[in-house]
Amino acid sequence: MGSEMASDWIRIIVGLIIVLAFSQLNALFLVWLERKVAGHIQLRYGPMEVGPHGILQTIADGIKLVGKELITPLSADWKLFVIAPVLVFMPVLVAFLVLPFDENLVIRDMNLGVLLIFAFSTLSVLAILAGGWAANNKYALLGAIRSVAQNVAYEIPLLLAVLSVALMTQSLRFSEIVAAQCRVWFIFLQPVAGLIFLICATAETNRAPFDIPEAESELIAGFHTEYSGMRFGLFFLAEYTNMFIVSAVATALFFGGWHGPFGFSFGLPGIVWFLLKVYILLFVIMWVRWTFPRVRFDQLMNFSWKVMLPLSLLNLIVTAAVLKFI
Amino acid sequence: MSEYIHVLIMLVLAAATAGGMLVATSLIGPKKSFIDKMEPFECGESPIVSPKLRFSVKFYLVALFFVIFDIEAVYAYPWAVLFKELGLFGFIEMMIFLTILAIGLIYVWRRGALEWDR
Repeated sequence: MGSEMASDWIRIIVGLIIVLAFSQLNALFLVWLERKVAGHIQLRYGPMEVGPHGILQTIADGIKLVGKELITPLSADWKLFVIAPVLVFMPVLVAFLVLPFDENLVIRDMNLGVLLIFAFSTLSVLAILAGGWAANNKYALLGAIRSVAQNVAYEIPLLLAVLSVALMTQSLRFSEIVAAQCRVWFIFLQPVAGLIFLICATAETNRAPFDIPEAESELIAGFHTEYSGMRFGLFFLAEYTNMFIVSAVATALFFGGWHGPFGFSFGLPGIVWFLLKVYILLFVIMWVRWTFPRVRFDQLMNFSWKVMLPLSLLNLIVTAAVLKFI
Repeated sequence: MSEYIHVLIMLVLAAATAGGMLVATSLIGPKKSFIDKMEPFECGESPIVSPKLRFSVKFYLVALFFVIFDIEAVYAYPWAVLFKELGLFGFIEMMIFLTILAIGLIYVWRRGALEWDR
Protein backbone atom coordinates (compact mmCIF):
# COMPACT_ATOMS: atom_id res chain seq x y z
CA MET A 1 0.00 0.00 0.00
CA GLY A 2 2.69 2.45 1.08
CA SER A 3 5.07 1.89 -1.82
CA GLU A 4 2.16 1.79 -4.24
CA MET A 5 0.99 5.17 -3.03
CA ALA A 6 4.52 6.56 -3.21
CA SER A 7 4.99 5.39 -6.80
CA ASP A 8 1.59 6.82 -7.62
CA TRP A 9 2.63 10.19 -6.24
CA ILE A 10 5.93 10.13 -8.12
CA ARG A 11 3.99 9.37 -11.31
CA ILE A 12 1.67 12.30 -10.67
CA ILE A 13 4.46 14.77 -9.91
CA VAL A 14 6.52 13.71 -12.94
CA GLY A 15 3.40 13.87 -15.07
CA LEU A 16 2.53 17.37 -13.89
CA ILE A 17 6.02 18.68 -14.61
CA ILE A 18 6.03 17.08 -18.08
CA VAL A 19 2.60 18.60 -18.76
CA LEU A 20 3.77 22.03 -17.66
CA ALA A 21 6.84 21.89 -19.91
CA PHE A 22 4.91 20.38 -22.80
CA SER A 23 2.12 22.94 -22.69
CA GLN A 24 4.59 25.83 -22.84
CA LEU A 25 6.67 24.35 -25.66
CA ASN A 26 3.51 23.38 -27.52
CA ALA A 27 2.15 26.92 -27.30
CA LEU A 28 5.43 28.36 -28.59
CA PHE A 29 5.45 25.85 -31.44
CA LEU A 30 1.81 26.55 -32.31
CA VAL A 31 2.37 30.31 -32.49
CA TRP A 32 5.25 29.68 -34.89
CA LEU A 33 3.15 27.20 -36.89
CA GLU A 34 0.26 29.65 -37.09
CA ARG A 35 2.51 32.36 -38.50
CA LYS A 36 4.05 29.92 -40.95
CA VAL A 37 0.65 28.61 -42.10
CA ALA A 38 -0.68 32.17 -42.41
CA GLY A 39 2.39 33.17 -44.37
CA HIS A 40 2.25 30.32 -46.82
CA ILE A 41 -1.53 30.68 -47.33
CA GLN A 42 -0.93 34.33 -48.23
CA LEU A 43 2.03 33.41 -50.49
CA ARG A 44 4.59 34.76 -48.01
CA TYR A 45 7.28 32.88 -46.10
CA GLY A 46 6.31 33.94 -42.58
CA PRO A 47 9.12 34.21 -40.00
CA MET A 48 12.45 33.26 -41.58
CA GLU A 49 15.20 35.14 -39.73
CA VAL A 50 15.55 33.65 -36.23
CA GLY A 51 16.75 30.06 -36.53
CA PRO A 52 16.05 27.75 -39.48
CA HIS A 53 12.71 28.80 -40.99
CA GLY A 54 12.16 31.10 -38.02
CA ILE A 55 11.62 28.23 -35.58
CA LEU A 56 13.15 30.25 -32.72
CA GLN A 57 11.11 33.36 -33.47
CA THR A 58 8.49 32.74 -30.79
CA ILE A 59 11.15 32.07 -28.16
CA ALA A 60 12.66 35.45 -29.00
CA ASP A 61 9.18 36.98 -28.81
CA GLY A 62 8.59 35.33 -25.45
CA ILE A 63 11.84 36.71 -24.04
CA LYS A 64 10.87 40.13 -25.37
CA LEU A 65 7.46 39.89 -23.67
CA VAL A 66 9.06 39.06 -20.32
CA GLY A 67 11.19 42.18 -20.60
CA LYS A 68 8.21 44.49 -21.20
CA GLU A 69 6.54 46.78 -18.71
CA LEU A 70 3.29 45.66 -17.08
CA ILE A 71 0.93 48.59 -17.50
CA THR A 72 -2.10 48.87 -15.23
CA PRO A 73 -4.42 51.70 -16.30
CA LEU A 74 -5.22 54.12 -13.47
CA SER A 75 -8.97 53.67 -13.82
CA ALA A 76 -8.73 49.87 -13.88
CA ASP A 77 -9.96 47.63 -11.07
CA TRP A 78 -6.39 46.52 -10.43
CA LYS A 79 -7.13 43.47 -8.26
CA LEU A 80 -9.25 41.78 -10.92
CA PHE A 81 -6.97 43.14 -13.64
CA VAL A 82 -3.92 41.45 -12.15
CA ILE A 83 -5.63 38.17 -11.31
CA ALA A 84 -7.41 37.61 -14.64
CA PRO A 85 -4.34 36.40 -16.62
CA VAL A 86 -3.56 33.90 -13.86
CA LEU A 87 -7.19 32.78 -13.81
CA VAL A 88 -7.26 32.19 -17.54
CA PHE A 89 -4.09 30.14 -17.34
CA MET A 90 -5.12 27.84 -14.48
CA PRO A 91 -7.99 25.78 -15.99
CA VAL A 92 -6.21 25.02 -19.26
CA LEU A 93 -3.54 23.01 -17.49
CA VAL A 94 -6.09 20.96 -15.54
CA ALA A 95 -7.43 19.53 -18.79
CA PHE A 96 -4.08 17.81 -19.38
CA LEU A 97 -4.73 15.63 -16.32
CA VAL A 98 -7.23 13.46 -18.17
CA LEU A 99 -6.09 13.66 -21.81
CA PRO A 100 -5.33 10.12 -23.00
CA PHE A 101 -2.06 10.37 -24.92
CA ASP A 102 -1.70 6.60 -25.11
CA GLU A 103 -3.28 3.49 -23.65
CA ASN A 104 -1.32 3.82 -20.41
CA LEU A 105 -0.05 7.35 -20.83
CA VAL A 106 -2.55 9.44 -18.92
CA ILE A 107 -1.89 11.18 -15.63
CA ARG A 108 -5.25 10.40 -14.10
CA ASP A 109 -7.90 8.34 -15.88
CA MET A 110 -10.95 9.71 -14.06
CA ASN A 111 -14.41 8.27 -14.59
CA LEU A 112 -15.69 11.81 -15.12
CA GLY A 113 -12.82 12.85 -17.37
CA VAL A 114 -14.95 14.29 -20.16
CA LEU A 115 -17.06 16.33 -17.76
CA LEU A 116 -13.96 17.57 -15.96
CA ILE A 117 -12.48 19.00 -19.15
CA PHE A 118 -15.66 20.83 -20.11
CA ALA A 119 -16.23 22.10 -16.58
CA PHE A 120 -12.77 23.62 -16.43
CA SER A 121 -12.62 24.92 -19.98
CA THR A 122 -15.79 26.91 -19.25
CA LEU A 123 -14.01 28.65 -16.38
CA SER A 124 -11.72 30.54 -18.74
CA VAL A 125 -14.78 32.55 -19.85
CA LEU A 126 -14.99 33.95 -16.34
CA ALA A 127 -11.37 35.02 -16.53
CA ILE A 128 -11.98 36.74 -19.87
CA LEU A 129 -15.00 38.56 -18.43
CA ALA A 130 -13.02 39.58 -15.34
CA GLY A 131 -10.13 40.86 -17.46
CA GLY A 132 -12.34 42.76 -19.88
CA TRP A 133 -14.45 44.29 -17.11
CA ALA A 134 -11.53 45.25 -14.90
CA ALA A 135 -9.68 47.05 -17.68
CA ASN A 136 -12.33 49.80 -17.65
CA ASN A 137 -12.03 50.26 -21.38
CA LYS A 138 -14.95 50.29 -23.81
CA TYR A 139 -13.36 47.96 -26.31
CA ALA A 140 -12.26 45.51 -23.64
CA LEU A 141 -15.72 45.43 -22.09
CA LEU A 142 -17.44 44.95 -25.45
CA GLY A 143 -15.02 42.16 -26.32
CA ALA A 144 -15.58 40.47 -22.98
CA ILE A 145 -19.38 40.63 -23.26
CA ARG A 146 -19.30 39.27 -26.77
CA SER A 147 -16.92 36.55 -25.71
CA VAL A 148 -19.21 35.41 -22.90
CA ALA A 149 -22.31 35.44 -25.12
CA GLN A 150 -20.52 33.47 -27.81
CA ASN A 151 -18.98 30.98 -25.43
CA VAL A 152 -22.22 30.17 -23.62
CA ALA A 153 -24.09 29.91 -26.92
CA TYR A 154 -21.66 27.40 -28.39
CA GLU A 155 -21.23 25.50 -25.14
CA ILE A 156 -24.65 23.85 -25.47
CA PRO A 157 -24.34 22.23 -28.93
CA LEU A 158 -20.84 21.18 -27.88
CA LEU A 159 -22.12 19.43 -24.76
CA LEU A 160 -24.97 17.79 -26.71
CA ALA A 161 -22.55 16.54 -29.38
CA VAL A 162 -20.36 14.99 -26.72
CA LEU A 163 -23.47 13.55 -25.11
CA SER A 164 -24.19 11.42 -28.18
CA VAL A 165 -20.69 9.95 -27.92
CA ALA A 166 -21.26 9.30 -24.21
CA LEU A 167 -24.50 7.55 -25.17
CA MET A 168 -22.66 5.19 -27.52
CA THR A 169 -19.99 4.21 -25.02
CA GLN A 170 -22.03 4.79 -21.87
CA SER A 171 -18.95 6.15 -20.22
CA LEU A 172 -17.33 9.49 -19.52
CA ARG A 173 -13.92 7.90 -19.05
CA PHE A 174 -11.55 8.80 -21.88
CA SER A 175 -9.83 5.41 -21.91
CA GLU A 176 -13.14 3.59 -22.42
CA ILE A 177 -14.31 6.00 -25.10
CA VAL A 178 -11.06 5.61 -27.04
CA ALA A 179 -11.02 1.83 -26.54
CA ALA A 180 -14.48 1.64 -28.10
CA GLN A 181 -13.02 3.11 -31.30
CA CYS A 182 -10.36 0.46 -31.93
CA ARG A 183 -12.01 -0.56 -35.24
CA VAL A 184 -14.21 2.32 -36.37
CA TRP A 185 -13.68 5.92 -35.32
CA PHE A 186 -16.73 7.73 -34.02
CA ILE A 187 -16.45 10.37 -36.74
CA PHE A 188 -17.84 7.72 -39.12
CA LEU A 189 -20.66 6.71 -36.76
CA GLN A 190 -21.39 10.25 -35.53
CA PRO A 191 -20.46 12.55 -38.44
CA VAL A 192 -22.99 15.21 -37.42
CA ALA A 193 -21.82 15.28 -33.81
CA GLY A 194 -18.21 15.39 -34.96
CA LEU A 195 -18.86 18.34 -37.23
CA ILE A 196 -20.82 20.17 -34.53
CA PHE A 197 -18.01 19.54 -32.08
CA LEU A 198 -15.35 20.92 -34.42
CA ILE A 199 -17.35 24.06 -35.24
CA CYS A 200 -18.23 24.71 -31.61
CA ALA A 201 -14.67 24.06 -30.50
CA THR A 202 -13.47 26.67 -32.96
CA ALA A 203 -16.01 29.12 -31.52
CA GLU A 204 -15.16 28.20 -27.92
CA THR A 205 -11.50 28.99 -28.46
CA ASN A 206 -12.45 32.35 -30.03
CA ARG A 207 -10.81 31.45 -33.31
CA ALA A 208 -11.66 32.86 -36.71
CA PRO A 209 -14.20 32.78 -38.33
CA PHE A 210 -15.67 33.15 -34.83
CA ASP A 211 -13.09 35.60 -33.43
CA ILE A 212 -15.71 38.28 -32.75
CA PRO A 213 -14.43 38.92 -29.17
CA GLU A 214 -11.12 40.18 -30.48
CA ALA A 215 -12.13 41.40 -33.92
CA GLU A 216 -9.10 43.63 -34.57
CA SER A 217 -10.78 45.87 -37.09
CA GLU A 218 -13.54 46.97 -34.71
CA LEU A 219 -12.42 46.21 -31.15
CA ILE A 220 -8.62 46.77 -31.30
CA ALA A 221 -7.79 43.56 -29.39
CA GLY A 222 -11.04 42.80 -27.58
CA PHE A 223 -10.84 41.85 -23.94
CA HIS A 224 -7.02 42.09 -23.73
CA THR A 225 -6.75 45.57 -25.20
CA GLU A 226 -5.23 47.00 -22.00
CA TYR A 227 -2.94 44.08 -21.25
CA SER A 228 0.75 44.38 -21.93
CA GLY A 229 3.85 42.30 -21.45
CA MET A 230 3.57 38.90 -19.89
CA ARG A 231 -0.05 39.44 -18.82
CA PHE A 232 -0.92 39.56 -22.49
CA GLY A 233 1.46 36.64 -22.98
CA LEU A 234 -0.52 34.53 -20.51
CA PHE A 235 -3.76 35.16 -22.43
CA PHE A 236 -1.92 34.18 -25.58
CA LEU A 237 -0.45 31.02 -24.04
CA ALA A 238 -3.86 30.03 -22.70
CA GLU A 239 -5.48 30.53 -26.10
CA TYR A 240 -3.00 28.31 -27.89
CA THR A 241 -3.03 25.68 -25.16
CA ASN A 242 -6.83 25.72 -25.37
CA MET A 243 -6.54 25.04 -29.10
CA PHE A 244 -4.40 22.01 -28.34
CA ILE A 245 -6.89 20.78 -25.75
CA VAL A 246 -9.95 21.00 -27.98
CA SER A 247 -8.07 19.23 -30.75
CA ALA A 248 -6.94 16.54 -28.33
CA VAL A 249 -10.49 16.09 -27.02
CA ALA A 250 -11.80 15.90 -30.59
CA THR A 251 -9.13 13.30 -31.37
CA ALA A 252 -10.08 11.23 -28.34
CA LEU A 253 -13.83 11.48 -28.86
CA PHE A 254 -14.15 11.29 -32.63
CA PHE A 255 -10.85 10.40 -34.30
CA GLY A 256 -9.91 7.24 -32.43
CA GLY A 257 -7.39 8.64 -29.93
CA TRP A 258 -4.29 6.50 -29.91
CA HIS A 259 -5.65 4.01 -32.51
CA GLY A 260 -4.51 3.99 -36.10
CA PRO A 261 -7.14 4.08 -38.85
CA PHE A 262 -9.43 1.00 -38.85
CA GLY A 263 -7.31 -0.88 -36.34
CA PHE A 264 -4.08 -0.73 -38.36
CA SER A 265 -1.34 0.86 -36.33
CA PHE A 266 1.43 0.39 -38.99
CA GLY A 267 3.82 -0.35 -36.14
CA LEU A 268 3.65 3.19 -34.78
CA PRO A 269 3.13 3.66 -31.03
CA GLY A 270 -0.16 5.12 -29.85
CA ILE A 271 1.20 8.48 -28.77
CA VAL A 272 2.54 9.12 -32.28
CA TRP A 273 -0.90 8.50 -33.74
CA PHE A 274 -2.51 10.68 -31.09
CA LEU A 275 -0.18 13.64 -31.56
CA LEU A 276 -0.26 13.24 -35.35
CA LYS A 277 -4.05 13.54 -35.37
CA VAL A 278 -4.01 16.43 -32.89
CA TYR A 279 -1.59 18.44 -34.99
CA ILE A 280 -3.48 17.67 -38.20
CA LEU A 281 -6.63 19.03 -36.52
CA LEU A 282 -4.69 22.08 -35.32
CA PHE A 283 -3.49 22.66 -38.85
CA VAL A 284 -7.09 22.46 -40.07
CA ILE A 285 -8.17 25.02 -37.46
CA MET A 286 -5.42 27.38 -38.65
CA TRP A 287 -6.29 26.71 -42.27
CA VAL A 288 -9.92 27.67 -41.52
CA ARG A 289 -8.80 30.85 -39.78
CA TRP A 290 -6.79 32.09 -42.72
CA THR A 291 -9.35 31.03 -45.33
CA PHE A 292 -12.74 32.23 -44.09
CA PRO A 293 -13.80 35.81 -43.35
CA ARG A 294 -15.08 36.72 -39.91
CA VAL A 295 -18.84 36.26 -39.42
CA ARG A 296 -21.02 39.06 -38.09
CA PHE A 297 -22.16 38.89 -34.47
CA ASP A 298 -25.87 38.39 -35.21
CA GLN A 299 -25.01 35.69 -37.76
CA LEU A 300 -22.83 34.05 -35.16
CA MET A 301 -25.55 33.93 -32.51
CA ASN A 302 -28.27 32.92 -34.97
CA PHE A 303 -26.10 30.11 -36.28
CA SER A 304 -25.67 28.71 -32.79
CA TRP A 305 -29.28 28.96 -31.60
CA LYS A 306 -31.09 28.26 -34.87
CA VAL A 307 -28.86 25.70 -36.57
CA MET A 308 -26.44 24.08 -34.15
CA LEU A 309 -28.79 23.64 -31.19
CA PRO A 310 -31.72 22.01 -33.07
CA LEU A 311 -29.28 19.90 -35.07
CA SER A 312 -27.49 18.63 -32.00
CA LEU A 313 -30.79 17.93 -30.20
CA LEU A 314 -32.01 15.98 -33.23
CA ASN A 315 -28.73 14.11 -33.44
CA LEU A 316 -29.03 13.15 -29.79
CA ILE A 317 -32.60 11.89 -30.22
CA VAL A 318 -31.72 9.89 -33.34
CA THR A 319 -28.68 8.39 -31.62
CA ALA A 320 -30.75 7.34 -28.62
CA ALA A 321 -33.49 5.86 -30.83
CA VAL A 322 -31.02 3.94 -32.99
CA LEU A 323 -29.22 2.57 -29.95
CA LYS A 324 -32.50 1.56 -28.36
CA PHE A 325 -34.25 -0.12 -31.28
CA ILE A 326 -31.50 -1.44 -33.55
CA MET B 1 -12.24 12.56 -3.18
CA SER B 2 -8.57 11.62 -3.39
CA GLU B 3 -8.98 11.46 -7.18
CA TYR B 4 -9.54 15.18 -7.29
CA ILE B 5 -6.58 16.19 -5.11
CA HIS B 6 -4.57 16.13 -8.35
CA VAL B 7 -6.81 18.76 -9.83
CA LEU B 8 -6.06 20.94 -6.85
CA ILE B 9 -2.32 20.32 -7.16
CA MET B 10 -2.46 21.15 -10.85
CA LEU B 11 -4.35 24.38 -10.15
CA VAL B 12 -1.81 25.44 -7.55
CA LEU B 13 1.07 24.55 -9.88
CA ALA B 14 -0.49 26.48 -12.75
CA ALA B 15 -1.13 29.50 -10.54
CA ALA B 16 2.45 29.35 -9.29
CA THR B 17 3.80 29.19 -12.85
CA ALA B 18 1.67 32.07 -14.06
CA GLY B 19 2.40 34.09 -10.93
CA GLY B 20 6.11 33.36 -11.26
CA MET B 21 6.12 34.62 -14.83
CA LEU B 22 4.35 37.82 -13.78
CA VAL B 23 6.70 38.40 -10.85
CA ALA B 24 9.73 37.80 -13.08
CA THR B 25 8.52 40.22 -15.71
CA SER B 26 7.65 42.88 -13.13
CA LEU B 27 11.19 42.58 -11.75
CA ILE B 28 12.90 42.73 -15.15
CA GLY B 29 10.66 45.13 -17.02
CA PRO B 30 10.94 48.91 -17.02
CA LYS B 31 8.68 51.03 -14.83
CA LYS B 32 8.16 54.44 -16.33
CA SER B 33 4.73 55.78 -15.61
CA PHE B 34 3.22 59.08 -16.64
CA ILE B 35 -0.40 60.14 -16.65
CA ASP B 36 -1.12 59.86 -20.38
CA LYS B 37 0.21 56.33 -20.52
CA MET B 38 -2.03 55.18 -17.69
CA GLU B 39 -5.24 56.28 -19.39
CA PRO B 40 -7.45 53.68 -21.05
CA PHE B 41 -6.57 53.09 -24.68
CA GLU B 42 -9.07 54.79 -26.97
CA CYS B 43 -7.24 55.36 -30.25
CA GLY B 44 -5.63 58.55 -28.96
CA GLU B 45 -8.81 60.24 -27.74
CA SER B 46 -9.37 61.05 -24.09
CA PRO B 47 -12.23 58.93 -22.76
CA ILE B 48 -15.14 61.20 -21.81
CA VAL B 49 -17.76 58.78 -20.47
CA SER B 50 -17.48 55.75 -18.26
CA PRO B 51 -16.99 52.56 -20.27
CA LYS B 52 -19.41 50.73 -17.99
CA LEU B 53 -22.26 51.64 -20.30
CA ARG B 54 -25.54 49.82 -20.68
CA PHE B 55 -25.50 47.03 -23.22
CA SER B 56 -28.20 45.24 -25.15
CA VAL B 57 -30.76 43.22 -23.22
CA LYS B 58 -30.15 40.40 -25.72
CA PHE B 59 -27.05 39.44 -23.77
CA TYR B 60 -29.16 38.80 -20.65
CA LEU B 61 -31.55 36.69 -22.73
CA VAL B 62 -28.66 34.59 -24.01
CA ALA B 63 -27.50 34.06 -20.44
CA LEU B 64 -31.00 32.88 -19.48
CA PHE B 65 -31.22 30.44 -22.41
CA PHE B 66 -27.80 29.18 -21.51
CA VAL B 67 -28.85 28.36 -17.96
CA ILE B 68 -31.91 26.46 -19.18
CA PHE B 69 -30.19 24.44 -21.90
CA ASP B 70 -26.99 23.87 -19.98
CA ILE B 71 -28.85 22.38 -17.05
CA GLU B 72 -30.69 20.19 -19.53
CA ALA B 73 -27.38 18.96 -20.94
CA VAL B 74 -25.97 18.31 -17.47
CA TYR B 75 -29.17 16.46 -16.58
CA ALA B 76 -28.79 14.27 -19.66
CA TYR B 77 -25.21 13.18 -18.88
CA PRO B 78 -26.08 10.68 -16.10
CA TRP B 79 -28.87 9.41 -18.33
CA ALA B 80 -26.40 8.80 -21.17
CA VAL B 81 -24.05 6.88 -18.92
CA LEU B 82 -26.88 4.70 -17.54
CA PHE B 83 -28.67 4.36 -20.90
CA LYS B 84 -28.68 0.52 -20.97
CA GLU B 85 -29.64 0.10 -17.30
CA LEU B 86 -32.58 2.49 -17.50
CA GLY B 87 -34.11 0.57 -20.39
CA LEU B 88 -37.20 1.59 -22.30
CA PHE B 89 -38.59 3.58 -19.36
CA GLY B 90 -35.54 5.82 -19.23
CA PHE B 91 -35.60 6.28 -22.99
CA ILE B 92 -39.25 7.38 -23.09
CA GLU B 93 -38.77 9.59 -20.05
CA MET B 94 -35.86 11.39 -21.68
CA MET B 95 -37.71 11.76 -24.97
CA ILE B 96 -40.59 13.47 -23.12
CA PHE B 97 -38.08 15.77 -21.42
CA LEU B 98 -36.36 16.62 -24.71
CA THR B 99 -39.74 17.22 -26.39
CA ILE B 100 -40.75 19.72 -23.69
CA LEU B 101 -37.40 21.41 -24.16
CA ALA B 102 -37.81 21.51 -27.93
CA ILE B 103 -41.26 23.08 -27.50
CA GLY B 104 -39.62 25.71 -25.30
CA LEU B 105 -37.04 26.39 -27.99
CA ILE B 106 -39.74 26.69 -30.66
CA TYR B 107 -41.70 29.09 -28.42
CA VAL B 108 -38.67 31.29 -27.83
CA TRP B 109 -37.91 31.20 -31.54
CA ARG B 110 -41.48 32.15 -32.55
CA ARG B 111 -41.54 35.00 -30.02
CA GLY B 112 -38.51 36.40 -31.80
CA ALA B 113 -36.13 36.23 -28.85
CA LEU B 114 -33.47 34.72 -31.10
CA GLU B 115 -33.54 37.59 -33.61
CA TRP B 116 -30.43 39.67 -33.00
CA ASP B 117 -31.13 42.39 -35.53
CA ARG B 118 -34.45 43.60 -34.14
